[in-house]
Amino acid sequence: MILPLYGTAVLNHGFGAESPRVVARLRSLGTNEPSDGHDFYVVRSDTELVRSIEEKRSSIFVINDDVSLAGSAVSAFDRVLSVSAKFEYLRSGDVVGVHVPTGRFRTLFRSNSRHNSFLVTERCNNYCLMCSQPPKDVDDRWILDEIRESLPLLPKSTPTLTFTGGEPLSDWARFIDILADCRDLHPDTAIQVLTNGRAFASSEIVDAWKAVNHPSLIAAIPVYASVDYIHDYVVQAKGAFDETILGILKLKDRGQRVEVRVVLHAHTAPTIAETSRWISRNLPFVDHVALMGMENTGFAIANENSLWIDPMDYRESLSEGVRTLADTGINVSIYNLPRCVLDASIWPYAVQSISDWKNGYVEECRRCIEKSKCSGLFTSGRPRQSRGIRAIQ
Amino acid sequence: MARFVAAKAFGSPSGELTLLPFNFERTGNAQFLVSNMVGDFIRLTEDEINKVIDLKLNPGDGLYEKAYAAHLITGTQQKAQQQLLALRLRSRMSFLREMTPLHMFVVTLRCEHSCPYCQVSRQSTDRSRFDMSEATAQRALDIAFESKSSRIKIEFQGGEPLLNFDLIQKIVHAAKAKSATTGKKADFVIATNLALLNDEILRYCKDNEVLLSTSLDGPPDLHNKNRPRPGGNSYELAVNGIRRAQQVLGRDRVGALMTTTESSLDRVDQIIEEYLKLGLDGIFLRPLSPFGFAVKTKQYHRYDTKRWLRFFERGLRRILELNHQGTPFREFYSALVVTRMLTDKPIGYVDLRSPAGAGIGALVYNYDGYVYASDEGRMLAETGDNAFRLGHVNTHDYSSLVLSDTLIDTISASLTQCAPECSDCVFESHCGANPVHHHATQGDIVGIKPLSDFCERQKGTMRLLLDMLENSPRDAAILRSWASI
Ligand code: SF4
Ligand code: SF4
Repeated sequence: MILPLYGTAVLNHGFGAESPRVVARLRSLGTNEPSDGHDFYVVRSDTELVRSIEEKRSSIFVINDDVSLAGSAVSAFDRVLSVSAKFEYLRSGDVVGVHVPTGRFRTLFRSNSRHNSFLVTERCNNYCLMCSQPPKDVDDRWILDEIRESLPLLPKSTPTLTFTGGEPLSDWARFIDILADCRDLHPDTAIQVLTNGRAFASSEIVDAWKAVNHPSLIAAIPVYASVDYIHDYVVQAKGAFDETILGILKLKDRGQRVEVRVVLHAHTAPTIAETSRWISRNLPFVDHVALMGMENTGFAIANENSLWIDPMDYRESLSEGVRTLADTGINVSIYNLPRCVLDASIWPYAVQSISDWKNGYVEECRRCIEKSKCSGLFTSGRPRQSRGIRAIQ
Repeated sequence: MARFVAAKAFGSPSGELTLLPFNFERTGNAQFLVSNMVGDFIRLTEDEINKVIDLKLNPGDGLYEKAYAAHLITGTQQKAQQQLLALRLRSRMSFLREMTPLHMFVVTLRCEHSCPYCQVSRQSTDRSRFDMSEATAQRALDIAFESKSSRIKIEFQGGEPLLNFDLIQKIVHAAKAKSATTGKKADFVIATNLALLNDEILRYCKDNEVLLSTSLDGPPDLHNKNRPRPGGNSYELAVNGIRRAQQVLGRDRVGALMTTTESSLDRVDQIIEEYLKLGLDGIFLRPLSPFGFAVKTKQYHRYDTKRWLRFFERGLRRILELNHQGTPFREFYSALVVTRMLTDKPIGYVDLRSPAGAGIGALVYNYDGYVYASDEGRMLAETGDNAFRLGHVNTHDYSSLVLSDTLIDTISASLTQCAPECSDCVFESHCGANPVHHHATQGDIVGIKPLSDFCERQKGTMRLLLDMLENSPRDAAILRSWASI
């Protein structure tokens, strides 16, 4: 099941012209939490509508396919947003960003998910063959403002947050401000930044990153090969390998945490044993290495013919790579690959990594004893199934 | 999607490539062993190495990929590989941050053994002539605490140091007081034949966390032949001593070292068996040292390096077999070399590093107050050769000792990084400078390496270990597990 994470409000009422964008935090009726101008009370039915009037709520968020429900009562509230019932998963504590003129909104934060991530920008200086979020050269700096507005609304107990893109460091100085906000507002929340790492080739940027002095921050950086042009080809940018490796060295030189990520597809998977050996020899000081099955979405669909490789066809090479990394004492994980396509010897490294809103299982999985520990399959994009999917018994 | 560009477009044309430093050696018909700047090995054919050197390689030809990943080539506009090599080299050499971590105190020359290969000890009861004085010990300690290391190790040597146990106690006491005021920690070890070990000494070692290091050369007949003493019971005393020390101090608090003599060479299995029987976790298969009496008594030339290499290989294979059968046991020299081959850990092992460990790795304070750059250096002095005498505790301090012309000349002239033969040797990253050895055997601190037994031994052991790592997965797995990764 895929959760819809964005849509268009069927009704928005009461928003002034001063700002086209509004960040709304959802709240439950009948509660007494302190609230501010960001809070909207969730209304799912007639009864709740009546209650919200009784409770003198000024802003409501109606989730119901019947537009007339909200329409009937706009005058009773300062602000009303109404969305269709397919967003019924939204609940108290969730945060949505709304573009008032069009009513378009995105779910920015789900309070009951372990996989919250903020898209920082769609801009990127790489153009990866398999990019799941194809870059756009647009001025989307409003997103940075939206994130800064959202952060104070998140619960302090949020365990982890991911920042992704595009390349989050495209507008690096403003992104560093966001990290500083995270440090001040959510000191107990671990922050992961998915970056191509090229920005860190600049000492000025690494120094700024370090100066944030965040208690739990990690840069997750892809390295696709031990050879310059193969990496550069995968990310479609000449010189990227050099900058990325330099960036990793500079981060580690300043004591910053780094995860290396390798997405496995036809240009990277057949050499994963070599790449792992190279990482073991040259970057044994990185904090984590993630070897990741590819999500067949975004550009990966456009390049499907050249990228698709059945995980069964790199099974041995992957096992060898994992063993090499683990023997070197590197903390290694396998993401996004179901157990049945992996050699049992490397199951201990396989993690249930696919975000909860887009993972799934197939018929075969019902008979599988490993299902509770298995990552399952991507349901997003155009899912491709390995010939190796076979219930483990 | 036309917007994507083909792989070919991302390779550097050979005009934009440049070589990084590497060494190589012909290993057979048109075959080469190649090592990059930090000692990662790859094999190339003659044709391949010529193409690399001429930069006649292209993305996609297989050789480009091999040479690039091994840091033999880089792009003229690129920086990452050079930074990577710099960082790895810095890590490998960072043992230099700890200046002179080891200090050996020769508390007496007297010994109740009369080993034929030992030239230093004296069968004497004349304490005044051959024991270190308290004043000398105090000065030596001052110098030891002046060294820049954050933590030092004090090793008591002899003769038989337990013959002057009083002084050992005084030194330990004074060192602890100095640690308390300076914050510099000191560890202690007594190198002893254990013949004089008693309960009182053991209790003292336990209370003061003093380690014991002893000699065990093999089965009784071999050990006793190497180490004659009145009663002919050296073996029995050593073995009993090890057992008692293990009980009282703990298994990891007593170690044993073997001395190799000609009689050892055909008996490596039995020697290993002795170590196993005592529950020791490994053995250091050592070459015979060429110093002092060993040279004089012609012991040293009695066997050649090839015989020693056979001894070493046989021993190593026996040890690997034990591991395959489920008994964990190490050969420490191999562990050291393999760690250097497979990791960038800083290994400052005194006899296998460049810059050499003389003086900046260890200092030796002789019983009479003279200070030497190494233990072998003071042994040479006993034969009348003062080449490695750096000064005297009464006239020198730490700085004037390590900055003495003798030491600076010794270390700078012997660097493997620039010495003839060594500087372009494929094993250079994992080898070491051994100026004292080459002075003793060739009368020259640099040494002519093709004539050097040290060099022959280094090459022999490294070739063997490399062959096992490459061609014997079972053995490689054990060796890797020793590599303290
Ligand atoms: S059968 Fe399904 S649950 Fe079992 S390992 Fe394969 S994908 Fe996972
Ligand atoms: S001593 Fe021999 S093996 Fe060692 S670096 Fe020099 S030439 Fe090479």
